[in-house]
Amino acid sequence: MNFNKNYFEIFDLPVDYAVDLKLLDDRFLDLQKQVHPDRFAAGTDHEKRLAMQWATLVNTANETLRASLPRAIYLLGLRGVELETNPTLPPGFLMEQIDLREQLESIEEGDGNLEELDSFRRKMQQEINEVQAEFKEALDEDIDKAERLVYQLQFLSKLMTSANRLEEKLLDY
Amino acid sequence: MALLQITEPGQAVDPHQRKRAAGIDLGTTNSLIASVRAGVAETLADEQGRHMLPSVVRYTSSGIVVGDEALAEAVNDSMNTVVSVKRLMGRGLKDITTLGDQLPYRFSASESGMPRIETVSGNVTPVEVSAEILRSLVDRASATLAGDLDGVVITVPAYFDDAQRQATKDAARLAGVNILRLLNEPTAAAIAYGLDSGGEGVIAIYDLGGGTFDISLLRLRKGVFEVLATGGNSALGGDDFDRAIAAWIVEQSGYAKPLASEQLRGLLMASRSIKEGLTDNPRIDIDFDRDGVQFKGTLDRATFDDLVAPLIDASIKACLRAVRDAGIELGEIHNVVLVGGSTRVPQVIDKVAEYFGKAPLNTVDPDKVVAVGAAVQANVLVGNKPDDEMLLLDVLPLSLGLETVGGLAEKVISRNTAIPAVRAQEFTTYKDGQTAMLIHVLQGERELVTDCRSLARFELTGIPPMVAGAAKIEVMFNVDADGLLSVSARETSTGTQAGIEVKPSYGLTDEEITSMLQASFEHATKDADQRSLMEARVESGRVIEALGNALAEDGVALLKKSDIQALQQAIEELGRVSEGEDHLAISEGTELLGRASEEFASLRMDAAVRKALAGRNIAEVDKEV
Repeated sequence: MNFNKNYFEIFDLPVDYAVDLKLLDDRFLDLQKQVHPDRFAAGTDHEKRLAMQWATLVNTANETLRASLPRAIYLLGLRGVELETNPTLPPGFLMEQIDLREQLESIEEGDGNLEELDSFRRKMQQEINEVQAEFKEALDEDIDKAERLVYQLQFLSKLMTSANRLEEKLLDY
Repeated sequence: MALLQITEPGQAVDPHQRKRAAGIDLGTTNSLIASVRAGVAETLADEQGRHMLPSVVRYTSSGIVVGDEALAEAVNDSMNTVVSVKRLMGRGLKDITTLGDQLPYRFSASESGMPRIETVSGNVTPVEVSAEILRSLVDRASATLAGDLDGVVITVPAYFDDAQRQATKDAARLAGVNILRLLNEPTAAAIAYGLDSGGEGVIAIYDLGGGTFDISLLRLRKGVFEVLATGGNSALGGDDFDRAIAAWIVEQSGYAKPLASEQLRGLLMASRSIKEGLTDNPRIDIDFDRDGVQFKGTLDRATFDDLVAPLIDASIKACLRAVRDAGIELGEIHNVVLVGGSTRVPQVIDKVAEYFGKAPLNTVDPDKVVAVGAAVQANVLVGNKPDDEMLLLDVLPLSLGLETVGGLAEKVISRNTAIPAVRAQEFTTYKDGQTAMLIHVLQGERELVTDCRSLARFELTGIPPMVAGAAKIEVMFNVDADGLLSVSARETSTGTQAGIEVKPSYGLTDEEITSMLQASFEHATKDADQRSLMEARVESGRVIEALGNALAEDGVALLKKSDIQALQQAIEELGRVSEGEDHLAISEGTELLGRASEEFASLRMDAAVRKALAGRNIAEVDKEV
């Protein structure tokens, strides 16, 4: 056992885009129960240091695998693909993004209609699901395509975050 | 894990060797200490039978007074009597001037920017004041438990930022106590209700204390307590209820001049007892005549409810936000626990019940519940319950980030990230030949640097001169299980290491702590060498015991016979050295033993990880045995 295991191996899960979240959760808790620094509060300094390193690693691995976008990026990383910070995207996709962003702005300006926002978010979620499904297939067949799809997912997830923020604002949280 | 525990005859844990552990609720208004005795966690009383220690410290020319005796003089000697010091913990002078008119003290700045309160017996920092409260509680526990404490758990509001947590740890260090863990107050409350043994589900902890409000959502699953989200307001509490009443009295009395600190103190004390009276009575008659403020009349519950409704509503709004942060539905919350004396106010109970849609739990004294839970956790951490499976997984209460161009804050670790956690962020130079870079560490949710809390500023020097943009500066954030941050930075393209550890801007420097410790030793007229010897022996004893236990548990399974013998010999050797008087030799021996056992520690950790993944099988084997 060493710190060089990949995040899937840490939880003894298959290296795959589809992750059994319930199983991940179970194994995450089982691992933390063994390695958390609180288990070594009365231990030696070296034990405390090791526990701290392990608990940190297990937390990072869990967060990476739990959410679909970080998991996708991590899987690309395992295949040696490093993401670009300013990728080129298909013009059609970019146009669509600008259009979606404008829709969101008009919801905000137009007195902030919650129902409109809800249907906007549902539409977004549907698109995210579709791109995710494409990514899952592309990962094993066409790594370049998988990379392009992750850039799209990044855009979509940013937009989703903006939509969620707007909802918070409208609900005055 | 019965199968793996191999205990040699004579090495079994002697029941009389139970460790002395305590939980401390270091509160804004009152503090408590609790311990598990005969299996029951209970708060400890002083000689007069008082459990609550008012968090008040009075400095006089002839000495320091803590608790009720200090509180009694709080009105007459307000300049030298420090109350609600928790609100000043980890705060800079600038933060405090915004609390401003409510504080009667004279402040001056220390070198590190930490405020000092001017008293007749010299200037004191909030950390020193808190250390006095801790010392008083620890002395009480040592007397009750007939011996020095092996370790304590101190609770802090879940909302405390890094500087406030660090200040609390500094206070413990100054008071000379071994701190096992900082524990979030709401989590302690859930433990006190035994919710850790009562199945699974989400628990909401509504904690309205004297000075702070916290809402925490905890998920309990498979014996693991996980903080899903925390929220709240570090400047909202029962004291604000008192202030609302005081303002109402002043308004009714028609008194128009600004209030002097003594007047305000007297008014607040009267307001507090009016508030408490209104818990069981529909109205309270008031006959106030003091320091020129005169009012005779009645305050009824309905008027009081109107006065404090905005405060309670603000707390409910924070609950909404936390539920959202946790990504759960209200219906998923199984239990709501009330903590803090201010939850006795009937309107608080009503509004909490209304929002969560269920009656909150309040059978454990809301003033004691945090200390009791902390005692339970301290008892586990100190090693008195080796089979206990409970574990607390905490999250970061506030986002951590760095200043970037244009005075903007960039988040590096966002709030509610599970801790311990580590994140690295890469930066580059913007000028040719640049050899230094200023790194400004921030905490908070806002976008502008000026709206965030400045934790530390440091300069990374020694960057090899390169063209702009060629250097790669990696800034690494490390947050430990207590939520405390350390930051390091290095230049990665050439491998030049230029790391630095960061202390919060308003924390004490190590030198300050050392000089304070020295001053307090002199104060106690203890010989410094004697103290060092004692400390060295405690540390060597700790390592001997930890390693002895580890060998008894896993030695046979993981090590060769010769390795076990070598380690046992080393343990015996350190034991002999520790009987001597040379504290340097003892410290050296302790370190040597620590190093000799590193390999074994790594093997144990690997075995633990394997065990976790094979979990189900071993659990089943256990049941059969």
